[in-house]
Amino acid sequence: MMEIMEGSHAVAHAVKLCRPQVIAAYPITPQTHIVEALADMVADCHLDAEYITVESEFSALSACLGASAAGSRVYSATTSQGLALMFEVCYNVSGMRLPIVMTIVNRSLGAPLSIWNDQQDSISLRDSGWLQYYAQDNQEATDLHYIAYKVAEDHDVLLPAFVCLDGFILSHTYEPVDMLTQEQVDSFLPAFSAYQRLDADDPISFGMYATPDYYMEFRYEIDQAMKRSAKAFSSAGKEFAELFGRDYSAPVESYRLDDADTALVAMGSICGTAKDAVDEMRKNGKKVGLLNVRAFRPFPGPELAKALSGVSRVAVLDKNISLGAKGAVALEVKDVLYGSGIPVLDYIIALGGRDVRKKDIAAVVDLAEKNQGDLFYGLRKEVL
Amino acid sequence: MEGSSCDLFEFGHRACGGCGAALAARLILDAAGKDTIVCSSTGCMEVFSTPYPETAWKIPWIHSLFENNSAVASGIEASLKKQGRKEKVIALGGDGATFDIGVLCISGAFERGHDITYVCYDNEAYMNTGIQRSGATPYDASTTTSPAGKCSLGNKRQKKDLPAILAAHGAPYVATASIAYPADVKKKIKKALETKGPCYVQIHAPCCTGWGFEGEKTMAIGKLAVETGLWVNYEMEEGKITRAKKVVRKPVEEYLKEQKRFRHLFKPKRNDEEIGKIQAIADRNAERYGIDLKIKKD
Repeated sequence: MMEIMEGSHAVAHAVKLCRPQVIAAYPITPQTHIVEALADMVADCHLDAEYITVESEFSALSACLGASAAGSRVYSATTSQGLALMFEVCYNVSGMRLPIVMTIVNRSLGAPLSIWNDQQDSISLRDSGWLQYYAQDNQEATDLHYIAYKVAEDHDVLLPAFVCLDGFILSHTYEPVDMLTQEQVDSFLPAFSAYQRLDADDPISFGMYATPDYYMEFRYEIDQAMKRSAKAFSSAGKEFAELFGRDYSAPVESYRLDDADTALVAMGSICGTAKDAVDEMRKNGKKVGLLNVRAFRPFPGPELAKALSGVSRVAVLDKNISLGAKGAVALEVKDVLYGSGIPVLDYIIALGGRDVRKKDIAAVVDLAEKNQGDLFYGLRKEVL
Repeated sequence: MEGSSCDLFEFGHRACGGCGAALAARLILDAAGKDTIVCSSTGCMEVFSTPYPETAWKIPWIHSLFENNSAVASGIEASLKKQGRKEKVIALGGDGATFDIGVLCISGAFERGHDITYVCYDNEAYMNTGIQRSGATPYDASTTTSPAGKCSLGNKRQKKDLPAILAAHGAPYVATASIAYPADVKKKIKKALETKGPCYVQIHAPCCTGWGFEGEKTMAIGKLAVETGLWVNYEMEEGKITRAKKVVRKPVEEYLKEQKRFRHLFKPKRNDEEIGKIQAIADRNAERYGIDLKIKKD
């Protein structure tokens, strides 16, 4: 049923339909509306879950870790500093192969303090063994939660997942969302079945320590599971499309790329603006297209290389910066296109919530056409 | 060893001979029984008991991080509650995890009132990393980060009073115990597990390697701590001290002189002033907990 909903509330509603049994979360802007909405649902008996009001994000994910290991489907949400505080636990969750799903409402990291959007927070956890999916709009933000649980809990995968949506731009924006019914979600996402759990009738040890004789193999297994998750994502996306008509089975989404000279590459809500900008530029005779990276982990190398194979240049819009190197998405794209001869130009853009309009996207394309890239776009003049 | 603690905490682990913490683990599991989930923090016990692919734990066991065992235990408890399962949950940590790095998580878990029992095996320093001071290290103890030296007498502070801090959270049952009194440890663990809500048991667990004594003396050292009044075995119920083990107190130096961590108080020459300060700590303990046995003299 189509409803006009705030992004946060749409996500909370989708999470409820996933029937989480334990929720542990801590308030932080701009994620707070999600966990407030879930608290309301629990308080009104609309959601039968244990809701743990922890004293920090660090404990939020730690509690989720324990609840998942004990055999429950669990949920948390956070952003920015909260995710940074969870850093240590994030690696632990993936290392113990616990299929926790967590919403990341993307926000910049301090200092200086900023509550506004970029994607530095989740990008900074790119090596942590969590699947990372980025939503372009609120419809996708809700739908990716159903898919994320399905992929994460697949016994061939067993990895945790971030579903990322841009702070404020999506989380606080009202958009029409086709909200599934409980019956529909139940038909797609089966009840949680733990692969292994803490159980007195079948005792096992979780989180042992590994000597150099064993450690590397654990990391290898996680990497292998990451790779297997690509197939699980694709098949879950196809099943979702068959049931509900929206197709997210591709880890990258191509938009008007077929005959493009310049390909923009981006993640998240900026893709909506970029698509409009592409349409305008096309009207003016510029052959421009867009590649929306929906799955950042595992990185969809083959799909991305295929989609970009015919273009003359690639302009990456990075809402993050690996300080001292480049934007994280550009680094991946360069790796994938190595040897192809296609130049990859990087644009650090929209950090700390700076607005991006169609004219900015057009300006980036102009720069790319002049082979000017690897720069921060739209800086104030006084720092130059 | 049918019927003994080895049923649940397997021998063959990598603890030092004479390890007080290993004995604590056996006593805890013996008291708790098989329907128990243990959530350990990083530390000696975690490392010596679970070198992959071997484990000493014959009950469901999990280790996540150094500082989060009580948060993980909170999640386990919530999950069990949701599933209608009846296993008991024990969060288990050394004094570094409990007194220092994990205080935030413990405070949160106790304030929220989870039905968990937190057990601290207190060996009075960071032993796994090689004997560094913690908030549980006693006054004047020499450790690798509070070494005695020409202008240092060792650790400058007394132990943090963590049991009182946790009692102030509204914990219904808080107790201290010592591995030198095994029956008392088991009784208190059972009582904590049977009491609804967050309970705390702090077990004095002498560390032969860290404190500097021979491994066969672990029990004797543990007893001396109690007999001198430097460690008090007591119980707090609903915030009030309800019981404390009474002793005929011995002078503190009988405990101190047996351990290398206090050697600088006796060599190169006896430091009466410092020994006097430590005696005063024991005297204050005796008064606070009322442990002095009144012996009728003929």
